[in-house]
Amino acid sequence: MKLKSLAFIITGGKRKFIEMTRPHDSKFWMGIIPTVWIIFFFMFPLFIVFKISFSESIFAIPPFTEIFNFTKEHILEIKLNFKNYISIFRDSYYLSAFTNSLYLSIVTTILCFFVGFPMAYGIHRVSDRLKTVLLLLVSLSFWTSFLVRIYSWMSLLSVNGAINSILLKLGLISAPIQFIGTYYAVCLGMIFCYLPFMIFPVYAVLEKVDKSYIEVAYDLGCRPTKTFWTVTIPLSSSGIITGSVLVFSASIGEFVIPELLGGADAVTFGRVLWIEFFSNLDWTMACSLSIGMMLFIILPIFIFQKRTRS
Amino acid sequence: MALASQTIKRNMDAWQDINAEPYIQVEGITKSYDDVTPVKDISFSVYKGEFFSLLGSSGCGKTTLLRILAGFEKPTSGKILIDGVDITNLPAYKRPVNMMFQSYALFPHMTVYQNIAFGLKQERQSKNIIAERVREMLNLVQLSGYEDRKPEQLSGGQKQRVALARTLAKRPKLILLDEPLTALDKRLREETQFELVNIQEKVGITFILVTHDQEEAMTMSTRMAIMDGGKIRQVGVPHDVYEFPNSRYVAQFIGSINLFDGIVVEQEADHVLIETHEIDCRCQATHAGALPLGSNVTLAIRPEKIMISLAKPDYQYNWTRGVIQEIAYLGDVSIYYIKLDSGKMVMATLPNLLRLADRTFQWEDTVYLFWRSENSSVLTS
Repeated sequence: MKLKSLAFIITGGKRKFIEMTRPHDSKFWMGIIPTVWIIFFFMFPLFIVFKISFSESIFAIPPFTEIFNFTKEHILEIKLNFKNYISIFRDSYYLSAFTNSLYLSIVTTILCFFVGFPMAYGIHRVSDRLKTVLLLLVSLSFWTSFLVRIYSWMSLLSVNGAINSILLKLGLISAPIQFIGTYYAVCLGMIFCYLPFMIFPVYAVLEKVDKSYIEVAYDLGCRPTKTFWTVTIPLSSSGIITGSVLVFSASIGEFVIPELLGGADAVTFGRVLWIEFFSNLDWTMACSLSIGMMLFIILPIFIFQKRTRS
Repeated sequence: MALASQTIKRNMDAWQDINAEPYIQVEGITKSYDDVTPVKDISFSVYKGEFFSLLGSSGCGKTTLLRILAGFEKPTSGKILIDGVDITNLPAYKRPVNMMFQSYALFPHMTVYQNIAFGLKQERQSKNIIAERVREMLNLVQLSGYEDRKPEQLSGGQKQRVALARTLAKRPKLILLDEPLTALDKRLREETQFELVNIQEKVGITFILVTHDQEEAMTMSTRMAIMDGGKIRQVGVPHDVYEFPNSRYVAQFIGSINLFDGIVVEQEADHVLIETHEIDCRCQATHAGALPLGSNVTLAIRPEKIMISLAKPDYQYNWTRGVIQEIAYLGDVSIYYIKLDSGKMVMATLPNLLRLADRTFQWEDTVYLFWRSENSSVLTS
């Protein structure tokens, strides 16, 4: 059945009331909500960021120059400043911030998988009642303040903290270890914070995987461990991918955790952005960095998708 | 029905041969959960090459029993022997048993070839042997050339064939089929029934089928077990179960039947006489065991065994009179619902030898019903 839609078309000052037929009418209207949302709240702000990234930094409010300038001689001047973009590639400070961030979030994603998958699998396998409790406990971490959780880690990991004193008491170490300020502490904090992003998608997919696939594998002589690798993991791959993308995207721009748990050398992209924006008041550089990072992440995904499709 | 008689012949009636060694022995299997016992002390034997059916309505315990045979559930008590070996405590992956699932459960991330080869790979067979066997299986189910398809690219019937091929590939000692044809439409189901029996004959593997569809069970099986409430009510060849049910439950479960409550009034070596207030005259039945006089019994007559005439038949026993209330026209046959003088409704089926308009009997006609003594059975439970 073809749905008919009504549309007003303004032609030559006259409003015409016409009838249009579209085969995928409901699809069209459904698409409007996300489209409008994305245009207003994502594309438009992104465009502003994009514009600022090509401005010059000045001492003023706002602290950047206008790109477009309509002179008295009725000439539209467009002044694009590529200095920031060039310095991203020239200045090893920015490059190392990029690579640090990338390294940290890749490690975090991989470790989140190795911790999160067994957790999701465990929750998937327990009784229904325990399942609800465990899921609630996992989501509980979302309801406590992010900052409070990081501060608790700071006190746990500090030289006089609980972990050091336990290790000292057990005689495993002779002097307290300086955890805070290391990449390990940053990684630990990131895994701790982003683990639910891995657990929930993986759990959701595991729940959907038909139990009979596992049984068929057993039935055909496949041992449980091998079944896990040849059947369970491939069938839950979509959840693993979703979880990894979530953890990776959330951790790549992370600012608070490296700031609080990392040392001065843990220069990550998020921290550089913060410094440029608030300490140096260099909005243009901050925006260039954002755009650069975005392209850096999106382009590989885009190319990958194009390739898999063809 | 024609096929049923064929299948009976093919196994030389191993289950009637006293010397025959049963191939699969199920001994006193019980399965209890916290508050329910879906399988209660079930015992039966299946002979090599048989096509055995477990028939019952949903919740009768047939699927649980099948899952116990496959090794997915552990029985609370009892033993299962296959070819003389006790497999009760073997995990599913070590049993010489393969099951075909109702949902087929073809691995969606594997091709048809990989699906069929999966079980053989677990046996660490060489690549050549696997390739050879997969080709053979695909030939058997007439799906050659589909090796590289993914399950999502197959139709329901094709999926069913691939699932069957995957189950057959390891040449197990026993194949379990869990409602294998339910997901197919009626026409395809009927075709597949015959095909399944042909394939089973070709490979010579023992099959146990679970189904709620009596037609399916009767067409395909050598013997069938009627299950109810976690127990087996009757085991026998389809013909015997249909013609000589051992209880009211089985009689009503398989096909349609007319039941009359009565008491035994005469007991002879070759027949009994039964008096029932629902029928005008006494009824003679030849197929009855030793029944004491005066015992309460149920006389059971299948609708197609009842004959109808407008004139009073020349019968001393086994006749009654009634008025046609309803005629259900099914094309090949018509079902007549006849109300007896006692108020009892009786069902009779007649083939439509004549076209609708020329029919001998019409609504509101008073007719005589009669049947032969050997065509009724006497039930005591």
